[in-house]
Amino acid sequence: MDVRQSRKKNTVITLVLALGSFAIVQGLIMAGMIRSYQMVTVATICINIILAAGLNLVTGFTGQFSLGHAGFMAIGAYVCAILTLRDGSMGSFFIGTILGAVMAALCGVLIGIPTLRLKGDYLAIATLGFAEIIRIFAQNLVITGGAAGLSGIPKFTNWPMLWAFTVVTLILIIAFIKSSHGRACIAIREDEIAAESMGINTTKYKVMAFAIGAFFAGVGGALYASTFYILKPTTFGFMKSIDILMVVVLGGMGSMTGTVIAAAVLAIITMLLQSFSELRMVLYAIMLVAIMLFRPQGLMGDRELSVPGFIKKRQKKAPKAE
Amino acid sequence: MALLTVKNLTKSFGGLTAVSDVNMQIEEGELVGLIGPNGAGKTTLFNLLTGVYEPTTGKVILNTHGKEREIQGKKPYNICGEGIARTFQNIRLFKELSVLDNVRIAMHQRVGYNMMDAFLHTPKYVKEEERMIKEAEELLDIFHLSHKKFEKAKNLPYGEQRHLEIVRAMATKPDLLLLDEPAAGMNPNETAALTETIAQLRRDFGLTILLIEHDMSLVMKICERIYVLNYGQMLAKGTPDEIRNNKQVIEAYLGEER
Repeated sequence: MDVRQSRKKNTVITLVLALGSFAIVQGLIMAGMIRSYQMVTVATICINIILAAGLNLVTGFTGQFSLGHAGFMAIGAYVCAILTLRDGSMGSFFIGTILGAVMAALCGVLIGIPTLRLKGDYLAIATLGFAEIIRIFAQNLVITGGAAGLSGIPKFTNWPMLWAFTVVTLILIIAFIKSSHGRACIAIREDEIAAESMGINTTKYKVMAFAIGAFFAGVGGALYASTFYILKPTTFGFMKSIDILMVVVLGGMGSMTGTVIAAAVLAIITMLLQSFSELRMVLYAIMLVAIMLFRPQGLMGDRELSVPGFIKKRQKKAPKAE
Repeated sequence: MALLTVKNLTKSFGGLTAVSDVNMQIEEGELVGLIGPNGAGKTTLFNLLTGVYEPTTGKVILNTHGKEREIQGKKPYNICGEGIARTFQNIRLFKELSVLDNVRIAMHQRVGYNMMDAFLHTPKYVKEEERMIKEAEELLDIFHLSHKKFEKAKNLPYGEQRHLEIVRAMATKPDLLLLDEPAAGMNPNETAALTETIAQLRRDFGLTILLIEHDMSLVMKICERIYVLNYGQMLAKGTPDEIRNNKQVIEAYLGEER
């Protein structure tokens, strides 16, 4: 396959999908089908896609099981919130988002270097511990507002902005995965000993994946702060990490398409179940159990939705003339 | 100075000495065999040479491109960068990835673009990816695997998986290639074909090869020299003919005469 040709084709597909998704939601907003109530769901979908895409890079592609994503998200959220509360301009929102993301990435490097020599369950516990440390810090520092948290954070996010952040995040992460550096990460998931023997510095790439994941968690956190006005330390507890992990597992570890679909499906289910009040969480849990029973590899497995692949599949199904 | 010199190399796991005081020399361009009964420590020796294990004592000295350096105790990816590549006895391919990706991953250490190019798919990225695909295809052609480049590695038949491991090791551009039982599980025809290809690889790429093998037809046919390991110790070394008639070797394999 020609690299230039496939890049051109991918660019076209990306443009179509990105602009298409924008047009549909924008259309629904203008038609009055999406009001401020449904807009919360749309925002949640976008933020969850950004968070889960980063976590998928760490857990799905590099194979490092992390339960600390809420910690990185908290860093981005608080940094952006503190900055915009000081100076409520659009500029400080962007600076806050970038700064929050960079700080989250730095924490990712810091926490990654000692913990990423651990494997599987041990790594999960270590990252979980890290996220709790961040939460406790947020709960006790004056600058983060203590247990009461921060409120009245200026809102800068709207649909076009959330859309732009989501699309850019996905494009960057998918581009990374399709590069030699991304393949180095995937090799670690597949067989760490073989990867190391083939010249891949496994520690370096694990930390790198962790830092990139943390960076986008920081972005997601900043958007969260700006969208929902209020930050509380309890928001970034263990359950938040689990929520994000659920999107990744449900969508399929190692499938970005799956992450996008799962983020949308989960948010929409949550919204539809609002009317069942008490039974809501029970139904939600039953649905998760059912999906895991019938599709343990997640909705997409490790495959991506690709238009050429879809066409090929249909051709394969047709009887071959020999 | 030889390409690879192993001096008094020892590895103990607790009370068990898996490799004990091993000395070895491999000259540039040689094809050397390493044989020995099961559990003799052959694979442990490979793991020591490639950095999977750190030796308890002893030295491994590599001498290529006019540079002489000690490499014992270095990380596997550093040793790979120094020019030693290996295959594994129990196949360790990246099973869920395509044949092409398996080979491209091994080229990563020489990739000519950085993280930013990776994120933005710059022209540099395109140029390098094209080069990598072309080189990977050339290597795959040696084992006639090019037409299967988009198949998942796990879907290849067993023999081809072994071939792909060799291609992947070749993609790191090694000076010294370590093959751990390349013919394991192959039938006599496949082994004969593999013997040919190994000899050809060495001619075409000017490689130095050290191989572990149980199949004596392969070892005796292509190896110029053979080292015999038994209970972690170097039992004998010599040409195939010398080894074939060595009393100690025969005893190690067949047991002593009563």
